[in-house]
Amino acid sequence: MADPLLTYDDALATFDPALGLEVHVELNTETKMFCGCPTTFGADPNTQTCPTCLGLPGAMPVVNGAAVESAIRIGLALNCEIAEWCRFARKNYFYPDMPKNFQTSQYDEPIAHDGYMEVEVEGETYRVGIERAHMEEDTGKSTHVGTSGRIHGADYSLVDYNRAGIPLIEIVTKPVLGTGAKAPEVARAYVAQLRDLLLGLGVSDVRMEQGSLRCDVNLSLAPSGSETLGTRTETKNVNSLRSVERATRYEIRRHAAVLSDGSKVLQETRHWHEDTGITTSGREKSDAEDYRYFPEPDLVPVAPSREWVEKLRVTLPEPPHEKRARLQADWGFSDLEMRDTVGAGALGLVEETIAAGASPQSARKWWLGELARRANEDETDLGSLGVAPADVARVQALVDERTLNDKLARQVLDGLLAGEGTPDEIVSSRGLAIVSDEGALSAAVDAAIAANPDVADKIRDGKVAAAGALIGAVMKEMRGQADAGRVRELILERLT
Amino acid sequence: VTGFVRRTAADLSAALENGETTSVELTQAHLDRIAEVDGPVHAFLQVDTEGALRAARESDERRAAGNARGPLDGVPVAVKDVLATHGLPTTCGSRILEGWVPPYDATVVARLRAGGLPILGKTNMDEFAMGSSTEHSAYGPTHNPWDLTCIPGGSGGGSAAAVAAYEAPLAIGTDTGGSIRQPGAVTGTVGGKPTYGGVSRYGLVSLANSFDQAGPVTRTVLDAALLHEVIAGHDPLDSTSIDEPVPPVVEAARRGADGDLTGVRIGVVRELGGEGYQTGVLARFEEAVELMTKAGAEVVEVSCPSFVHAFATYYLILPAEASSNLARFDAMRYGLRVTPDGDPSAEDVMRATREAGFGAEVKRRIILGTYALSSGYYDAYYGQAQKVRTMVSRDFAAAFEKADVLVSPTAPTTAFKLGAKVDDPLAMYLNDLATIPANLSGVPGISVPSGLADEDGLPAGVQVLAPVMADDRVYRVGAALESLLTAQWGGPLLAQAPELTGGVR
Repeated sequence: MADPLLTYDDALATFDPALGLEVHVELNTETKMFCGCPTTFGADPNTQTCPTCLGLPGAMPVVNGAAVESAIRIGLALNCEIAEWCRFARKNYFYPDMPKNFQTSQYDEPIAHDGYMEVEVEGETYRVGIERAHMEEDTGKSTHVGTSGRIHGADYSLVDYNRAGIPLIEIVTKPVLGTGAKAPEVARAYVAQLRDLLLGLGVSDVRMEQGSLRCDVNLSLAPSGSETLGTRTETKNVNSLRSVERATRYEIRRHAAVLSDGSKVLQETRHWHEDTGITTSGREKSDAEDYRYFPEPDLVPVAPSREWVEKLRVTLPEPPHEKRARLQADWGFSDLEMRDTVGAGALGLVEETIAAGASPQSARKWWLGELARRANEDETDLGSLGVAPADVARVQALVDERTLNDKLARQVLDGLLAGEGTPDEIVSSRGLAIVSDEGALSAAVDAAIAANPDVADKIRDGKVAAAGALIGAVMKEMRGQADAGRVRELILERLT
Repeated sequence: VTGFVRRTAADLSAALENGETTSVELTQAHLDRIAEVDGPVHAFLQVDTEGALRAARESDERRAAGNARGPLDGVPVAVKDVLATHGLPTTCGSRILEGWVPPYDATVVARLRAGGLPILGKTNMDEFAMGSSTEHSAYGPTHNPWDLTCIPGGSGGGSAAAVAAYEAPLAIGTDTGGSIRQPGAVTGTVGGKPTYGGVSRYGLVSLANSFDQAGPVTRTVLDAALLHEVIAGHDPLDSTSIDEPVPPVVEAARRGADGDLTGVRIGVVRELGGEGYQTGVLARFEEAVELMTKAGAEVVEVSCPSFVHAFATYYLILPAEASSNLARFDAMRYGLRVTPDGDPSAEDVMRATREAGFGAEVKRRIILGTYALSSGYYDAYYGQAQKVRTMVSRDFAAAFEKADVLVSPTAPTTAFKLGAKVDDPLAMYLNDLATIPANLSGVPGISVPSGLADEDGLPAGVQVLAPVMADDRVYRVGAALESLLTAQWGGPLLAQAPELTGGVR
């Protein structure tokens, strides 16, 4: 049953939204948070486990130093203070995919706290306060087998503990206020920029589609001008940039409808459904939920020395806003081009494409043009398309060397999206290369001229623009696999 | 009792060294003794005849090739069933772990194997080490070899009884609030609790992580020191393990054997004695102090006022940690699984399994701990208890300014009758009154026999405590006291224990 919604404009006319974003990032350390098991994605179920990450009786955790290093670097990049002394805590609750029935996490002593990130939306800058960034371990992964695909009504469930113990950093913002109607865009831009920042730090693969970056959106509304925050909901399963924006927008409209009706928003967890674009009620989040946190007695405190922290600070890539300014200058993008690139969450992708050899304008053209269109069609993000920047650069290189024309290049993209291999493999398997055989091309041009004597006469009379019709005929004959520029040259050589 | 089983581990080590015997012969002798007396004693939950003999053969081969690994290579040992043993069932005395065969060794077990000690089997214990009598074992109680109608102490009653009944020369125990020392006291054996962090906890199924410590259970102080040296030392798999050299405990035990305590300052803790302690236990303690004075020790009385709160503190922190540790026993991956009728959910299976698999004492502590950690109560209980813990450590520090070691009776009473306190949890908890402070602050301790109480003729013990990482002091003073007392008795106290046979005494 669908919840009643207010229109977005009506909602914003009466209420101010307050945002809160919780992002879980899987670190790309070689081993898990508390044991030496490898973290490779996609291995056979339960092949990357040991007594510790299986929670076997007696096994003990040992903190992964590389994960602490990544956590500190993330904290520094988010302008946080790094704790001089902090501990892990146990978060106690029962769940079959959690081997110990407690999660080793951090509670009131996070490794990083009180930072911020500047988020740019359409030329305006919003400062998003960072409450904390803390370390924790991931749980295993349950698969519910049965027609429903959900735990209710499943015939049985399978648990893969390969993911159990993968290091996670949870980054929690302070309430983000004053974004007004821009709240959904700010939410999206925050996650997009955070992703770029993490990518720049090299601490995570940040692939939302693989779950290495997961986002929960907290939202509440308060009557315009009110000083106190309203009751919030926590929307989970928001696993693409597009969904962050849509889920925020949806919850604003839903909350507004509830409040306008004189009812109260229920404090609860909501689940976002990408397919239908709505949220549904999850478990009620009340005071009854008590995780009984206490310091993890099997671990000693983490006390990073100030020397270490300062050493890590030096390893940070340049801050995102400075980097954006530099890239814009390097690439020669206009303000509008840059804003669109950032807004589409394509900054990192464009950067990598350029690094792989494409020109800035061609990289921008592919990602914000054809690929953005495909992402939109598929209701997904650019980063989730499964097209690598290096592949895009290679496609452009093939165009530049006239192996492909634009039309053929788009067919190569089809192949890339379908996972058919590298651009070169697709060109060869689909037979997409431009016919560069001058003999065949000349024959097709001669045939086109012979078949269209009136058009040929017009060109001879100086109406060069008429060449388009002949080019079309030749391209049709060549089934698109010709370089239109070369065809034009051959026609004009003969008729002028 | 005659033959090899009667001899100390140090003796057996020498006998192996000089070719008087082989590890196979020794191991077989102990397996025979187990077969003979363990019916009535019930110290073992699991006897690994095949594994022990295989390890013994390997030990003999090494020795023959001149590659013996250390003084205890070939001397058999029993292991408390709370330590994970690769390929050998580990139950922690609980139904919920019935049938679980660990795929890995605890570090202590790995070190025993590396040291060449054949593992005879796994010893009985109170379920998840919760208790002071071994009556809370799901597999039936262990009986005290001194009087089979009495408790052998707990939770490590199995290890203490195995050693007291000559079923093993050496055993491993674990001490969370006295589970090595109190069984030692009531069975007339020696039990050492190392400094917290001195012996790896990796593979020790946690009761209360911040208290648990594995240690030696033996018949002499020197044997305890020899075993201590095998299992101690830094372990990268246990973050709380101390990365420092093992204190020279064997050397200290050998030195102490001369019975000379000249210049040693011994502190008698005022709060650990008096009311609530059995007359005969106090009498033997006072005699022991007198003996040590005669041997040159300077005896001072020290006061540790916060110790009166140690008991309450312990019973907040322990259940809190235990309630969380025991959450993993949920039937999802190992151990018992009880599936209720109908179409049960995973939660239903967890609930039914935990209901059926845990005993009453375990459930009591899970409920206590869950309550103590609950939001709104945490600060008042767990938080407050941690503060008292700091006060206990300060009291120890102040006392160790005045004395090199502290002494007290190990347990307030001698062994009581099986069944006498099983329905009175508080009375049961009070057995650990004197041993708990050491666990709260992590200091090392040892219990050595002090004699038999006049009123019941059962053994009592004296505990010796020392500062963190000064384990050598407890071995020196313990060995000196042992030497002074055995000279007085004309032999080890255990020689006065009744003979055990296949039938009940």
